Amino acid sequence: MNPFSYARPASVDDAVKLAGPDARFIAGGTNLLDLMKENVLRPRQLIDITHLPLREVAASGNGGLRVGALVSNADLAWHPEVEARYPLLSQAILAGASGQLRNMATTGGNLLQRTRCWYFYDTGTPCNKREPGSGCGARDGVNRMNAILGASDACVAVHPSDMCVALAALKATVHVQGRQGAREIAFADFHRLPGDEPQRDNVLADDELITAIELPAEGFATHYRYLKVRERASYAFALVSVAVALEMDGDTVRQAHVALGGVAHKPWRREEAEALLVGQRADDTHFAAAADALLAGAQPLAYNAFKVELARRAIIRALDEAARGVTR
Amino acid sequence: MSATTPIPEADGIAACPVSLELNGQRRHLDIEPWTTLLDLLRDRLAMTGTKKGCDHGQCGACTVLVDGKRVNACLTLAVMCDGKQVTTIEGLARGDELHPIQQAFIDHDAFQCGYCTPGQICSAVGMVNEGRARSRDDIREQMSGNICRCGAYPHILEAIEDALPAARAWAGEGER
Repeated sequence: MNPFSYARPASVDDAVKLAGPDARFIAGGTNLLDLMKENVLRPRQLIDITHLPLREVAASGNGGLRVGALVSNADLAWHPEVEARYPLLSQAILAGASGQLRNMATTGGNLLQRTRCWYFYDTGTPCNKREPGSGCGARDGVNRMNAILGASDACVAVHPSDMCVALAALKATVHVQGRQGAREIAFADFHRLPGDEPQRDNVLADDELITAIELPAEGFATHYRYLKVRERASYAFALVSVAVALEMDGDTVRQAHVALGGVAHKPWRREEAEALLVGQRADDTHFAAAADALLAGAQPLAYNAFKVELARRAIIRALDEAARGVTR
Repeated sequence: MSATTPIPEADGIAACPVSLELNGQRRHLDIEPWTTLLDLLRDRLAMTGTKKGCDHGQCGACTVLVDGKRVNACLTLAVMCDGKQVTTIEGLARGDELHPIQQAFIDHDAFQCGYCTPGQICSAVGMVNEGRARSRDDIREQMSGNICRCGAYPHILEAIEDALPAARAWAGEGER
């Protein structure tokens, strides 16, 4: 790793005062330090935020749950309130990484992890996300893991998180604070599609720090499913993943939220696809129609055309299992 | 406590004072911020029980316990362990009595080359502390962060399964 200076602020205000383009916040460090070892990131200063008071999980004013940004992935997945009220989130978190990494990685950091696109990691190849304007090695390269939806000429990377796919389906809210003050960002608006600025994964400014994630009151604890398809049984990133949260009335769908992982630069949702399910019988015909709407316009690359059919079948299966209340 | 070090110049070294408890012993050290816990243990303190495999958090050979929780030492900055308790494979036994997981690895012949073994054992101890492993499938899933390139998984699984009750009791005794 390249040398860097180290700061350990005691308050959020102090932390955001130190922030800047050459500095990075560090909490779990599981992705940041890896990228620094690979020379993909070379910050001049690390701001250790682990001493900030952001570890609380508490009821929020509107009947939901507010999760401090420093709560570890393991603590969040196994928190009694999360297991009871938001089991979709527990299931998604436990589908990701390893026991060690889930102890280290934090709630806020999970949102900010970078793509695992091989070309982003390999500094010997061009990558517009790592070095804007240098080109994209993946578009005509080995792109099995890359995007089928929402990509651009500049970038075909996917967001690697499992947790974020569940947070998208649960319609969480991201609380951030910067030097200008605090603001809230709807989860759907937090991550970006690459467009011609793939170096920007999300809408955070340099000086902004995630302070909490807020879950709404409705947790869909009865009809949910996080289905992850990967190359091996455990400890691998998703080829395709599906988070489903349903409200059912007998055989009829009353509310439906569906998000996909492994297919785009951000968790992939389309309200028009979800609308096709609402008020309808929970059956394969309607599930297939929703899957087709969610995947409409998919543009697979040379090595990932399989993802389109894989995603379609995974969506139908996840919807079926969620509707029937089969959680494992 | 607030602490800030200046931005290092090309040849400058900005070491930070760090105080941690390593295997029950209080250590006061000056550490460059870019030193990982793994490099501190192996290169600076000559505690080579903890292994460097991939150095990227993918293999689990460097697994140690920080405040009782298993972590990858290769992705942990030593400076961020200030004030914490670190336990390595060298600190699991009580005197001459091996930790039940250590003993079970011997009894079940749960290794071949042995390079992943300290990480496997520390990870299994951390898993016991988490209290979520109830079946063989649970153990397989929750130990997936530790790779054994010799493929000794069947015996590793047997060793851990066999030692779970004794390891839980051992952890309970440690708290008294």
